Amino acid sequence: MKSYFSLLVTGGWSLILGLKVTIKSLFSPIVTVQYPREKLEITPNYRGHIDLIKFEDTGSHKCITCGSCMRECPSDCIVVEGEKREGVKGKVLTVFTLDFTKCSLCGACVEVCPTDALDYSNEYELAGFAREDFYYDILKRVEERR
Amino acid sequence: METLYSILPELIRIVICAACGAAIVFGNALVMGYAERKLAGHFMLRPGPMEVGWHGILQLVLDGLKLMGKQLVIPAKADKPLFMLAPLLSFAPVFVPLLVIPFSDKLQGFDIDIGLLLILAFASINVLAVLIGGWSSNNKYSLFGAFRAVAQNVAYEIPMLISLLAIVFMTNTFSLRDVAAAQGSVWFVIVQPLAFIIYIVAMVAETNRAPFDLPEAESELTAGFHTEYSGMSFSLFVLAEYANMFICCSVATVFFLGGDSGIPLPYFEYSGAIWFLMKVYALMFFLVWIRWTYPRTRFDQLMNFCWKYLIPFSLVNLLITVVMVKLI
Repeated sequence: MKSYFSLLVTGGWSLILGLKVTIKSLFSPIVTVQYPREKLEITPNYRGHIDLIKFEDTGSHKCITCGSCMRECPSDCIVVEGEKREGVKGKVLTVFTLDFTKCSLCGACVEVCPTDALDYSNEYELAGFAREDFYYDILKRVEERR
Repeated sequence: METLYSILPELIRIVICAACGAAIVFGNALVMGYAERKLAGHFMLRPGPMEVGWHGILQLVLDGLKLMGKQLVIPAKADKPLFMLAPLLSFAPVFVPLLVIPFSDKLQGFDIDIGLLLILAFASINVLAVLIGGWSSNNKYSLFGAFRAVAQNVAYEIPMLISLLAIVFMTNTFSLRDVAAAQGSVWFVIVQPLAFIIYIVAMVAETNRAPFDLPEAESELTAGFHTEYSGMSFSLFVLAEYANMFICCSVATVFFLGGDSGIPLPYFEYSGAIWFLMKVYALMFFLVWIRWTYPRTRFDQLMNFCWKYLIPFSLVNLLITVVMVKLI
């Protein structure tokens, strides 16, 4: 008989506590992000596909077309080509492409780069309709970037 | 011709009341459908419907259009006439109780002496519709849902009636308008708090809503009695559920929260109706609130709670009320 009433009291009290929890969350701010319209800030540590860094002092990348990344790449997905030009010391980069369908995001190219010209990008919206959408022209990307 | 002239005003009154009842049923379903989804979202720190119209305000209109456009699928081995009858039987009776609910002193379809009995009689037809729907679907989940609905509704009708009976003993009438008028400055929720709590609990069970939504119990029985229903026949069940919520909350408002009493609003003659609807929707909000707070009860817990707690307590409450009424 005692447990009959004590159950009623403890049960009823826990129900009231439950109501308190939910009414608090009713008036708390919304935490979901309405994705296509709102986007979260991506951490700089995010490892997307590789990108050439644009340096402020030169206004350009620092790739010397040594081809280390191309040789280091275990998936053979980087192509780097350069040419000699009049009056310019060293080679000038003409082609830098990444076949992201094969890339395993190991980061060996970033590690090996002697001039630290490569870095990971923050791109995460990577849906595409064809395989060719994932052949990235890294050189064009760095030139287009403001 | 003479008789026609004499009954014509009454006929017009009936037509107008029926039209208003239909407007209430559909309007209430739109408002509550939207409010419930929106509140459900905010209880879970989500925004709820946001895409159609400003803050998703047209979502329910589009949902209604979609449901109307859907095919009515009837299972091959279902009992076809009963299967089609069940949603109609669930939906049709919800108009009648709306006729006797006193929205304000003047805003009432008909004031009849046995208004409460009328409401309770028509509200309990819903159980029959659920049983027919579950049985005729020829599906084990539907049948389980229907059995649960019957057991639950039969059990919870008893404390509901007994708690209302305490008020009836105090006011000596079944007419809803007289009950509302009987509580002048002191609402019956203060005089009869236990009856109010018992009524609210029984109301949640009667309208088959969480935490007592065992007839539907989507995690156990897919959708319970309306598993096989689609399109409009499904939405008739939903409309009936929301209308039943409205009716139960109206009865609670009339019996415990003073009906249309409240501070008269300036420049508005029918402020009683505004107060009435505000009280009803406050109770509806409470129903939504507890739906998104409590997990579903187990069936034996549900039955134990009714037979071991609600019915004894409501009987004791009735006994005390009767003694007090006799002595005072």
